[in-house]
Amino acid sequence: MRTERLVQRLLGLAAGCSVAVTLLIFGFMVILGLPLATGGTFFRMFTSAWLPHQGVYGIAPMVAGTLSIASLAVVFSVPVSLGCAALISVLGSGPLPALLHRLVRFMTGIPTVVYGFAGIFLLVPLVREWAGRGSGMCILSAALLLGVLIAPTMILFFSDSFASVPRTYLEAAEALGATPVQKLLHVVIPCSWRGLTSGVVLALGRAVGDTLIALMIAGNATAMPGSVLEPARTLTAHIALVVAADFDSLEFRTLFACGIILYLCTTVMVIFTRRIGAAWEQQRW
Amino acid sequence: MVTRLIDRSVTAFAWLSGLVLTASVVGLMGYVLIKGMGSLSPRLFFGNTAPLDALLLRRQVFDGIFPATVGTLTLVGLAIFIAMPIGIAAGIYMAEFATPRIQSVFGLFFDILAGIPSILVGLFGFSVALFFHHRVSDRIAPCLLISALSLAFLVLPYLIRTTQTALENLPRHVRVTAPALGASRLQTIIYVLLPQALSGIVSGVILSVGRCAEDTAVIMLTGVVATAGLPSSLLSSYEALPFFIYTISAQYADQAELMRGYGAAIVLLAVCALLFTLATLIRHRLADHLFYGTR
Repeated sequence: MRTERLVQRLLGLAAGCSVAVTLLIFGFMVILGLPLATGGTFFRMFTSAWLPHQGVYGIAPMVAGTLSIASLAVVFSVPVSLGCAALISVLGSGPLPALLHRLVRFMTGIPTVVYGFAGIFLLVPLVREWAGRGSGMCILSAALLLGVLIAPTMILFFSDSFASVPRTYLEAAEALGATPVQKLLHVVIPCSWRGLTSGVVLALGRAVGDTLIALMIAGNATAMPGSVLEPARTLTAHIALVVAADFDSLEFRTLFACGIILYLCTTVMVIFTRRIGAAWEQQRW
Repeated sequence: MVTRLIDRSVTAFAWLSGLVLTASVVGLMGYVLIKGMGSLSPRLFFGNTAPLDALLLRRQVFDGIFPATVGTLTLVGLAIFIAMPIGIAAGIYMAEFATPRIQSVFGLFFDILAGIPSILVGLFGFSVALFFHHRVSDRIAPCLLISALSLAFLVLPYLIRTTQTALENLPRHVRVTAPALGASRLQTIIYVLLPQALSGIVSGVILSVGRCAEDTAVIMLTGVVATAGLPSSLLSSYEALPFFIYTISAQYADQAELMRGYGAAIVLLAVCALLFTLATLIRHRLADHLFYGTR
């Protein structure tokens, strides 16, 4: 009995430590970013531009970059993912949909840096030629590649929630003479809106949180992007690029503001998906 | 008539999206494979150094990816060594001991930890290293140990969840038999539940290994450098495959270096594919066991 209690304590300690890490990450960012808030520059930072030579360290362009790249990636990816999920679980016949399912699962294992590497040498020149100006490293290229990266998250989530629609509903629709497409449009999709919403939110979270694609493909310019064919810098890429700066400088402190924004974004998305009752298994960072 | 048209166009759209996705993935990966196939040889790893000399650490390798490969292996080994005991222990606690309230509160934290961008975990590791550098000792700087710790934090929630799910998904009859025969709670967990859930837990560990091997954002903030040779101690900087690929793509001096980048990308892709297949195979075996009751 005594050993059992001891073991339980130890296991509980491990779980507690893991929770502590989550809190510690946030705590560290708040403490290190605090001088910004007391210095009165905290709110001005979100609206001003990044002009380090004039001592202005605003992160508004990075917020804009993150928003445009992530939302564009989701816009590209949602229709394709919806089509693929429908093909896998409802519309498809023959061996191809099963193969597609396998490919999508495999995609979750492909290293991000390899996507980025292929993107630089294959996608960027294509976009450059098509646009006819610039280097090809722009919001559009990054969003296209990011769309491919987040597609498996959505497809696996969508097809799982399609599969969890009660069989009796489908049989009822079949008995009324519905075609597969009618079943999809009038039964399956309306029944699985929860899964669809949380799939999109999770994918958006992945798109916002991804560092490598934006860092390698988006061009990293600190100016406010004017169109999708211009380079931009995301919050995550900004952290990666500025980290080498002096520890006590204001420039370095702004990183923690970026970090706090990203952390809070994640928290909101996680709480939202938990609220609408999403399963966790499909989430892959 | 209209119904027919909708039917046709929706079906066509679904097949088209399948095609678009397949084409883009096969295109991207195929491009790397075809361009880089030619660079796959012992020379890719060891450059002009004799392989045996490099393996026995007699001579340093300067123009191959051997140091980066060793760096990645050491890093992944360390990270998993740190994360596995904590993650599995926490997973067992969540599945077997935690009250529903603790389960939901802790679960929220693990979901957040799983969801935060990996670059933030890297930033955390970097700040911790700086903190210790200023407060404790000048010798502590971003290094192999800090990277391994940060990576461990990154895969921790995943290990916890796979362990918890593997235990919770065990069929009820497995769970009640041992206590009915007089086994204590601890005996039930050690002799019945953990062995039954082993394939699920192991496949979670393997996927975490893959995750550690491919991550770049965390390590680029916590001590990886472009040229360091083999890591000499836990407190030294090191090279790693994903960071090598990233630096090559950003700045390559000549064609030979670019080809090494392609080669490294193929090696990393192959490693991740292998780990993924292994995890899938093990998990399928688990499904078979549950279905047919063999074991």
